[in-house]
Amino acid sequence: MKIITIDDSSTMRRIIKNTLSRIGFGSDVLEAEDGKQALGILSQTKVDLIITDWNMPNMDGLTFVKKIRSMREWDDVPIIMVTTEAAKEDILEALKAGVNNYIVKPFTPEVLKEKIEVIMGLK
Amino acid sequence: MSTISADWINPFILATTEIFKDIVGVEPKLSKPYVKQTDEPLFDISGIIGITGEAIGSIAFSLPKQTALKVVSRFIGEEVLGLSSDTRDAIGELTNIIAGRVKKIFYEKKIHIKISIPNVIVGKEHTISSAKGIPTIVIPFETELGNFAIQASLKKA
Repeated sequence: MKIITIDDSSTMRRIIKNTLSRIGFGSDVLEAEDGKQALGILSQTKVDLIITDWNMPNMDGLTFVKKIRSMREWDDVPIIMVTTEAAKEDILEALKAGVNNYIVKPFTPEVLKEKIEVIMGLK
Repeated sequence: MSTISADWINPFILATTEIFKDIVGVEPKLSKPYVKQTDEPLFDISGIIGITGEAIGSIAFSLPKQTALKVVSRFIGEEVLGLSSDTRDAIGELTNIIAGRVKKIFYEKKIHIKISIPNVIVGKEHTISSAKGIPTIVIPFETELGNFAIQASLKKA
């Protein structure tokens, strides 16, 4: 499974990549620093799952999700948002924009595994 | 003298304590918070996030170098030896996670705030000045990894 993780923090990208490896999904992980860079990568590469932060410079996660969902080739790719935005209204806004599932930082490997398995229909 | 009520400071104490327990695996012990009177230098590295919305100000997470290295090593699960760009990024992300928890606690109190993307300052005697008219409370913590402080500058918008 090819996954792209989008976060302006190199630390979070590293933690997510390490966590994906620990839970058995780390074999093919791409990285992007923001939504704009991710759109560039996705214009050339097909992925099976997108894991994105919300607050990022250049193009934030919410704008990125709305753009992706407006493109026919990406309108059904599973998207998990991993963010510090934990208020109920934020979660609803992200779901409305097209996010399939939502994780609030900090998260455990078990939570990420559970969300991926559910979203990918593995459970 | 400017002051901030306990209702406005407790979210910072609660968020920092919870995040440290969850991510760093240590329970920080709170020392007595005090109103910052001058721009005195505190530590060697600070992550700073702006706060806007129904309250305005900032949150700064400040640590001595040795404490920062130990905290980041616990956070990322790998030993770090210096204040490299990766270490600075990790301090920024920890500040972001603490500020996110502060935001959630304020939200539950029906106070809606927004937080900015973090900036990180490194320097042995750096100072952090808050905007004029916004009081700053220094919230010191002690841990087995060393001391650190949260500087909360906040006033109602």
